[in-house]
Amino acid sequence: MKLTLKIITVLFISLLVSCGGKEEKKEETNSFQKKAPTEQKAAPKAEKAEKVVKASEKIDLTNKGIGPIKSLELPTDIDQSMVAKGEDIYKKMCTACHRVDKKFIGPAPSGILERRTPEWVMNMILNPEEMTQSDPLAKELLIEFNGSPMANQNLTEEEARAVLEYFRTL
Amino acid sequence: MMKNKFKLSIGLMVAALAFTGCNNSSQTSNKGALGSSAAEKVFVAPGEHDSHYAFLSGGYSGNLTVYGLPSGRMFKEIPVFSQFPTNGYGYSEETKPMLETSFGFVPWDDSHHPDISQTNGELDGRWVFINGNNTPRIARISLTSFETEEIIEVPNSAGNHSSSFITENTEYVVAGTRFSVPVPQRDMSIKDYKGNFKGALTFISVDPEHGHMDIKFQVLMPGFNYDLSHPGRGKSHGWFFFTTYNTEEANSLLEVNASQNDKDFIAAINWKKIEEYVNNGGGTMMPANYAHNLHDEATHTATSTMKKEVRVVNPSEVPGAVYLLPTPKSPHGCDVDPSGEYIVGNGKLSANLTVHSFTKMLDAIENKKFDGDAYGIPILNFEDVLAGSVQQPGLGPLHTEFDGQGNAYTTFFISSEVVKWKLGTWEVLDRKPTYYSVGHLTIPGGNSRKPFGKYMFAMNKITKDRYLPTGPEMEHSAQLYDISGDKMEILLDFPTHGEPHYAAAIPAEIIKSKSKKIYRLDENEHPRKAISEADTKVVRDGKNVHIYMNMIRSHFTPDNIEGVKVGDKVFFHITNLEQDFDVPHGFAMIGARNAELLVSPGQTRTLTWEPQQVGVWPFYCTDFCSALHQEMQGYVRVSPADSDIELSWSLGE
Repeated sequence: MKLTLKIITVLFISLLVSCGGKEEKKEETNSFQKKAPTEQKAAPKAEKAEKVVKASEKIDLTNKGIGPIKSLELPTDIDQSMVAKGEDIYKKMCTACHRVDKKFIGPAPSGILERRTPEWVMNMILNPEEMTQSDPLAKELLIEFNGSPMANQNLTEEEARAVLEYFRTL
Repeated sequence: MMKNKFKLSIGLMVAALAFTGCNNSSQTSNKGALGSSAAEKVFVAPGEHDSHYAFLSGGYSGNLTVYGLPSGRMFKEIPVFSQFPTNGYGYSEETKPMLETSFGFVPWDDSHHPDISQTNGELDGRWVFINGNNTPRIARISLTSFETEEIIEVPNSAGNHSSSFITENTEYVVAGTRFSVPVPQRDMSIKDYKGNFKGALTFISVDPEHGHMDIKFQVLMPGFNYDLSHPGRGKSHGWFFFTTYNTEEANSLLEVNASQNDKDFIAAINWKKIEEYVNNGGGTMMPANYAHNLHDEATHTATSTMKKEVRVVNPSEVPGAVYLLPTPKSPHGCDVDPSGEYIVGNGKLSANLTVHSFTKMLDAIENKKFDGDAYGIPILNFEDVLAGSVQQPGLGPLHTEFDGQGNAYTTFFISSEVVKWKLGTWEVLDRKPTYYSVGHLTIPGGNSRKPFGKYMFAMNKITKDRYLPTGPEMEHSAQLYDISGDKMEILLDFPTHGEPHYAAAIPAEIIKSKSKKIYRLDENEHPRKAISEADTKVVRDGKNVHIYMNMIRSHFTPDNIEGVKVGDKVFFHITNLEQDFDVPHGFAMIGARNAELLVSPGQTRTLTWEPQQVGVWPFYCTDFCSALHQEMQGYVRVSPADSDIELSWSLGE
């Protein structure tokens, strides 16, 4: 049973990844260009000494995190009304600690979906206490950001999903 | 092998101990908690919850404390009538209006009798009301936020003691005056008290949806002292009963002069009849001046409005609405049993406990069996209304509660005991000592149609040797009893805060799940909130400087502020951006001559600071909020009054 589940999961993820690829073409060169330097940056570091890669720069597109979001398939098209809603929520609930393009109290959300699964991002928003205690990446991030906790802003799943959609445009 | 042997011997020892314990308890029944399973009965395991909430009045603390039963642990002190530097209540700009009165800002009171709202005579757990005794006021506390939401001042009253008791559908919260006074107040000789002073009994309507209070009418009674009161319920719903003393109308040395009459009265008020009279335009609007203070949960801000008139009713205007029931010897507590039939007058100087019958009272009224009148109010015959009396149960009866099983429990101040007796047969069933000189007692729902008769606690006036001594002044003691069996069993002795008079208690499940966790930011309508960074700013308006600030673990935005000058009045309007349960942030400013702020998640609060000295002055978070709590700080630069430094503010620059 477990094995079949794993196989299904792997298949599912590869499906997701391939979908993502298509979507990036639509988004044109911006995100592609963003992605390239990140990878280039990460690569040489990894060659020299793997351990110095910061948690915020690590790429893990399989870990879904811990929380209510078990699986999420992002449609190819970005839903602009959801983006607008998500941007509004982000400004009200997140900017006390996050800046779009730079490290502030917490990490910058731009390009986050190139480093994390959508499920991981939503679980980090919805279930930060458990994530920072039990998820390996979130634990590392807590240390990287000086132990500053990710606040639970009590967003609904729908609101967190809108914020995620907004992150896709960054 | 060794380990097992060890375990075995320990096991045997435990068994032996348990056996001995049993022996002890059977030999001496008054051995206390160690001799019985009392410890087990009050033990709430770490992380587990108590089964009942108890709301104890704070007496001269002016507040209300929240306890758990059966553990006797205190969970919270809710500021009501007193300034509370612990969270800034009565100091912050938003909460200062709560303590406004016709006398101006009154930062203290003496709170006595909490009562939980009811529907159909049963506790509904929406609000708890409590009286301020000294500067007559009634407060309403929400049992979702556990904060004081509303305070109304009671005009024409003085010593607001026979308060705050509610009718069985929370139609009214009732407030009676202990001290009679000239109505309206005027300059007159104290010696002319008799016949000229009045006792106002105030019926404050409660809006069923929001709980908002409004004085519907005041009955201006003869100048007696109205000591305590309780509503009729069930068959007697629509009536309200008040004990009186000083029917002698003495104005000096009451200790002697108010104890002359063999009997005083219980005043029975048919409030439904007066309500109908008032609804048809009856009564007189008289000029008055009293404060109505309301805290709005959306704006997180209280406003105070002065009301300028009140409707008064003279009992003689409404025939058949008010009667006097003779009751021996300065009755104190006035308690109505769950069925509404029996009205207990606890004659504090009487050897016996007097119980009146509501049915007999109606019968006597119908047959006009009057024994004269007082200022036009008919007096009924004592024998005609008497249901029975409990013969010599103890000394100095004060208050009675009921268990819903046909039993009543009365406290005796002088003989320091609680006596259990049976309604109808009036026989004494049991008595247990209290430590010492008990005042009120409480059974959860014990003054409603449906008591939850498992626990009873007695609140004492004297502590003496019950705890480790703490100098001449100490907290008052209380004892918890298990009343589920035939005999009462003392379980626990716990200290209480201030001087509790009455308390109200309720099964936890009625209110626990409704307790609010956060204030939602998207519902925050505070005019000076700063929800996002873009809202944060510093604005000068003459000498007033408004700082729109917010906070989240673990920084203030902004945290560097320049351009403030000596002589300015600085308002820190601070919004807590957290939306997670139990993440308040504090705010303390060096040299602020008021208090700190404790701001709940999603809330906005304002602290005023008048800088006196040039320098760079820090502020910080007082509530340990995260691993980076010690980093949660900021600076205000204060320049000389004639400085031309512009206002500026920043974070992380």
